[in-house]
Amino acid sequence: MYRVHSYRQVVVDPSSNREGGVSMARRGVSYAKWGYIFSIPFVVTFLIFSLYPTLYTVVIGFTDLRGLGKTAFKFLSDPFENYKLILANATFKKSLANTAIIWIMNFIPQITLALLLTAWFTTRRFHVKAQGAFKVLIYMPNIITAATIAILFNSLFGYPKGPINDLLIRLGIIEGPRHFHLQKWTAKGVVAFIQFWMWYGNSMIVLIAGVLGIDVTLFEAAEIDGANAPQIFFRITLPRLKTIVLYVLITSMIGGLQMFDIPRLYLLGGPDNATLTSSVFIYNQAFSGSYLYNRASAASMIVFMIIVVLSVALFFIMRDQDEVKLRKERRALKRRGGRV
Amino acid sequence: MKSLKASTVTMKTIIYIVCILLSLLSIFPFWVMIMNATRSTYQIQQSSVALLPGKNLLSNWRILTGKSFNPWVGFFNSMIISIGTTICAVYFSSLTAYALVAYTWRLRSAFFSFIMAVLMIPAQVSGIGFYQFMYRIGWTNSLMPLILPSIAAPAMVFFMRQYLMASLSLDIVASARIDGSGEFRTFNQIVLPIMKPAMATQAIFTFVGSWNNLFIPLILLTRQEKYTMPIMVSLLRGDIYKTEYGSVYLGLTLTVLPLFVIYFILSKYIIAGVALGALKE
Repeated sequence: MYRVHSYRQVVVDPSSNREGGVSMARRGVSYAKWGYIFSIPFVVTFLIFSLYPTLYTVVIGFTDLRGLGKTAFKFLSDPFENYKLILANATFKKSLANTAIIWIMNFIPQITLALLLTAWFTTRRFHVKAQGAFKVLIYMPNIITAATIAILFNSLFGYPKGPINDLLIRLGIIEGPRHFHLQKWTAKGVVAFIQFWMWYGNSMIVLIAGVLGIDVTLFEAAEIDGANAPQIFFRITLPRLKTIVLYVLITSMIGGLQMFDIPRLYLLGGPDNATLTSSVFIYNQAFSGSYLYNRASAASMIVFMIIVVLSVALFFIMRDQDEVKLRKERRALKRRGGRV
Repeated sequence: MKSLKASTVTMKTIIYIVCILLSLLSIFPFWVMIMNATRSTYQIQQSSVALLPGKNLLSNWRILTGKSFNPWVGFFNSMIISIGTTICAVYFSSLTAYALVAYTWRLRSAFFSFIMAVLMIPAQVSGIGFYQFMYRIGWTNSLMPLILPSIAAPAMVFFMRQYLMASLSLDIVASARIDGSGEFRTFNQIVLPIMKPAMATQAIFTFVGSWNNLFIPLILLTRQEKYTMPIMVSLLRGDIYKTEYGSVYLGLTLTVLPLFVIYFILSKYIIAGVALGALKE
């Protein structure tokens, strides 16, 4: 507001501007209302399309709402009946376990390869040529429709004639065609591989951006001290990437908990529920069979709770980073003050 | 000294080999898909990996569209939804971010904390409540519930706010006021042009994300003439295409063709955008 005043005195010629002059300064006090006005579309949309459906899902979790096309419901005498049933449901437990297993099978190779490529692409010993082209190709699967990729991989692993079977036979790795869709661990592995393949490029780019943000003088100092490339990577780069690695980890976990398109379309959760993730389970409960909206809501809320816990963790990690920065700034100020 | 140089050469060789293999790994599935889209079922059964295209593109197209698969419907619906979503999300997120940066109001920091808190909450967890709500007001099989919710995009507001804080000088806003510009006009004519780079980046990601979205359209849209591309894709899993390999590959290719076009025109910006998004958060 102070700036508005000084502008008025210096710049404005009141005679040329009817709106200008003294009235401007007085109105300056009430600009705050525009903050509220411009936030209205967001808030209204959020209330209608996010908050209300979320609360509605919570409510449905305590009712008897089931059956296609039903909207009327009454509350259950035991409000937590759906939760008890879901938590005791062997298939739900299996779906949570599958989600965790598939996520881990995807994340460990994903972060390892992403870190390795980051080290290669940011090393100061030499420059990897055609880096841009490699990044473009490695990142590409990330923007392609997951639904299409799931069905594409279903065809690739087809039996008896599919590209993967063909390739493996031609290379002499297997003798006859394998029915990959019936092998439980192969199915899990393929879903995990697709997730890995779609996301390691994304993680790599995020990590490279993190490395480029590190103060160059640190690397220069290490080089002068005679540190070799692995030493520089593990002692300087990696500790400074900690926040970004954690960011990748938690966003990947939250994404992994909602894994739906690929397990749903690759083998419809099969074989024998081997690729049934929690999201596919919730979808099947609510939108097939006997349309158990109430149980699916309870299951959603359980998954929601897990996501909330992870998000809170992320929130605190991010806040810590800011605090660390503040502390550093304060220390730097003190040092400067001391020197003077 | 010599051994150090030799080890650098070995290292470089390993790096290039691995990078080339990874690039091939990215291309291979799509290459097989596009090549097989042009080959006949018989050819695919003989050998399902081919490096060169066949001559059966037209007959595959005829088989594909002769059954329930109408790519134009999916393309049209996906376009409307993705463009609508992108416009809503980018415009209103910029507006909300502007409210957070340019004005001092009592609830501002509370509102920002709130946006941070709901940043990571996905639409999927409230899917059942959302479906029931839309069913009651008769909005299933409508494109509205797939577009309008994007007006409230917390992650994008956060990104836009970071961008505005770095690039908007409040002096410009103040001088616009002095020139008699209303607050809304200032936003549309002065602030929006400043935000163009951030808007472009976010627009690409919103468009792609919306185009690829499966869960919410799948639960809301039951009539085939409202299907989006990712739902159309799931039709290809059905029994009617069981033996028509060529046309299944063609159908898959068609659903991602727009994405390939976008990606190869804008890949530079997309990759820069991924890096930027991570740094800001």
